[in-house]
Amino acid sequence: MSQLANSPRAVAPFRFYTSLILPEATGLRAATLMQWGSLLGQVPESCIYYHTHHFLLQHHYLTPEPTSDFAYWVTEIVGEARLGELLASIDTMAYANLGDLRHAITATIDAYLREHPSARLRFVGEGEEFFFVKCVHVIMPTSQTASTLLEFAQALERVSLPSLYFHMFDARLRVGHPTSDFSIWMAEQLDLKALAARVSQLDPYAHTLETLRATLLAMIREQLGLA
Amino acid sequence: MASLEQYEPIVGPSVAQELRDLAKRLSGKRLVMVNSTRVGGGVAEILAQMVPLLRELGLDAQWDIIEGPETFYKVTKAFHNALQGRREVLTDEMLELFLAVGRQNAERLNLDADIVFIHDPQPLPLVEQRKRYPSSRWLWRCHIDLSRPQQQSWNFLKPFIGNFDAAVYSSPAFAQQMPMRQVLVAPSIDPLSEKNRELLPEEIAAVLERLDIPQDRPIITQVSRFDYFKDPLGVIEAFRGVRRSLKCRLVLAGGPASDDPEGEEVLNRVREAAKDDPDIHLLMLPPTSHLEINALQRASAVIVQKSLREGFGLTVSEALWKAKPVVASAVGGIPLQITHRYSGLLVHSVAGATYAIKQLLRNSAYAKRLGENGREHVRHNFLLTRHLRDYLLTCLTLGSTDDVIRLNGD
Repeated sequence: MSQLANSPRAVAPFRFYTSLILPEATGLRAATLMQWGSLLGQVPESCIYYHTHHFLLQHHYLTPEPTSDFAYWVTEIVGEARLGELLASIDTMAYANLGDLRHAITATIDAYLREHPSARLRFVGEGEEFFFVKCVHVIMPTSQTASTLLEFAQALERVSLPSLYFHMFDARLRVGHPTSDFSIWMAEQLDLKALAARVSQLDPYAHTLETLRATLLAMIREQLGLA
Repeated sequence: MASLEQYEPIVGPSVAQELRDLAKRLSGKRLVMVNSTRVGGGVAEILAQMVPLLRELGLDAQWDIIEGPETFYKVTKAFHNALQGRREVLTDEMLELFLAVGRQNAERLNLDADIVFIHDPQPLPLVEQRKRYPSSRWLWRCHIDLSRPQQQSWNFLKPFIGNFDAAVYSSPAFAQQMPMRQVLVAPSIDPLSEKNRELLPEEIAAVLERLDIPQDRPIITQVSRFDYFKDPLGVIEAFRGVRRSLKCRLVLAGGPASDDPEGEEVLNRVREAAKDDPDIHLLMLPPTSHLEINALQRASAVIVQKSLREGFGLTVSEALWKAKPVVASAVGGIPLQITHRYSGLLVHSVAGATYAIKQLLRNSAYAKRLGENGREHVRHNFLLTRHLRDYLLTCLTLGSTDDVIRLNGD
């Protein structure tokens, strides 16, 4: 039977925001793994964020999607597939902030170069260097709001992919929330703690944005008895 | 001219709404775009579509061009070549002419605006006038490959560039060590334009018949101005390598631009190289041949863009939007459009181009998958709506040094 009639109503409606990313060049580039590892330790955190996340928005239609810029460059351009695989397998969800994520990346590179000193000799040609990019986030409210879970589902179907991205990715790693905005609102405003826990456990990095949207909607419909 | 609503079925209503939400924060602002030509080349094509959409979104947007004698365009072409790394000698006389024409145009143009967008090097001296308009913000939009400029040209132009609030490049590879913000905005194609709209098979067939191109064999096409940087001679060599084992035709389709005096010379060299080869079709098309380019790209089995330097290479996005497999050089903005082996093949040499074209002609399923991925990549990253969004974001963030900017209100 449908749960719609008993659906709780939030005191504070959920307002969907969107985060639009404007990339900026740093002028820094690396042609060897040594240079690259060294610069990775120095560049602004927004560089780490950009290179580990922008592909999620740029290549979200691909299954399997390319890994991070770091893993792509090391594998496809430098030709050090083993290190590329190690970088691709770094679990971004396991790190609470960008500083920790940066440390995990640089530690992986350092350990690899110690174990495989010949990799230090590799270099790439002109134009194939790694160009470090940072980014500015412009965060803006959308017109989509929801006071009930059903309204939330309807809005979730309509919002743009950058909006979905903002609530599922940005809130956690950039803003420092331990979980996504969605699960916080579901738990605190709708008292749907079991659903909130399921949403919280969802690994957004394991999905394309559209499959992430579909997975979230399926969970909500199940909760509403509409599945 | 297409309205924003017409893009919604292609990019989705939420994308159009985001543009409206951003633009209302710039409503009524006067924005002036300045470049050097109204026809020919990607910049003019983008501005022709972009400016009406900016107006529709509530900005007071104008598009002006600088004017100058033929000798001026020879100088600007030399600058263009030198900035893209080719050896050129810029005499004192040339530099004086460059500045004089810039100053004449500054007197003629109305640059009293909230935001002045200067496109490419030709109108750079206009920035000398910014002191007349203290509240204006000035942006330099560089569309060319600035990754390895000749020092003389760069040193001459650097003080002008340093006088802008921000530079806007198509690729991080073009950024230099400069004191101002260096924003990255890729250019775009217009999916509703005559060059990119869907065509019926009979429309394609009619164009090819009119251009006298038989469809009896796979067609390999490069669409580009006849310019040394586009390496048309290298394309012919690559094609001949492919033809040793596979029957095919080559189409080199290009056209002149009013700011490119070198095109005829390059075309003559290409004519000489293609002489007496019935499988090579050289087409010198007028700049308005959008339907013809569209049909040629759609009729092709493989699209090539074997540039030696490239600001961006919009022909790559045009081909990908038509779900065509593309073989292109890993230069300039091309690697932004093609993720190697996901959405096309990147190459570094004539031999590499030959090998990649053969791979695609022999593996139609692989070629199809690359083309389909490429179309989706363009849908999300290289259509006019994304370009418009990035320009609006650039304008909204001018003057800020924060990594996170919150815009309030509905």
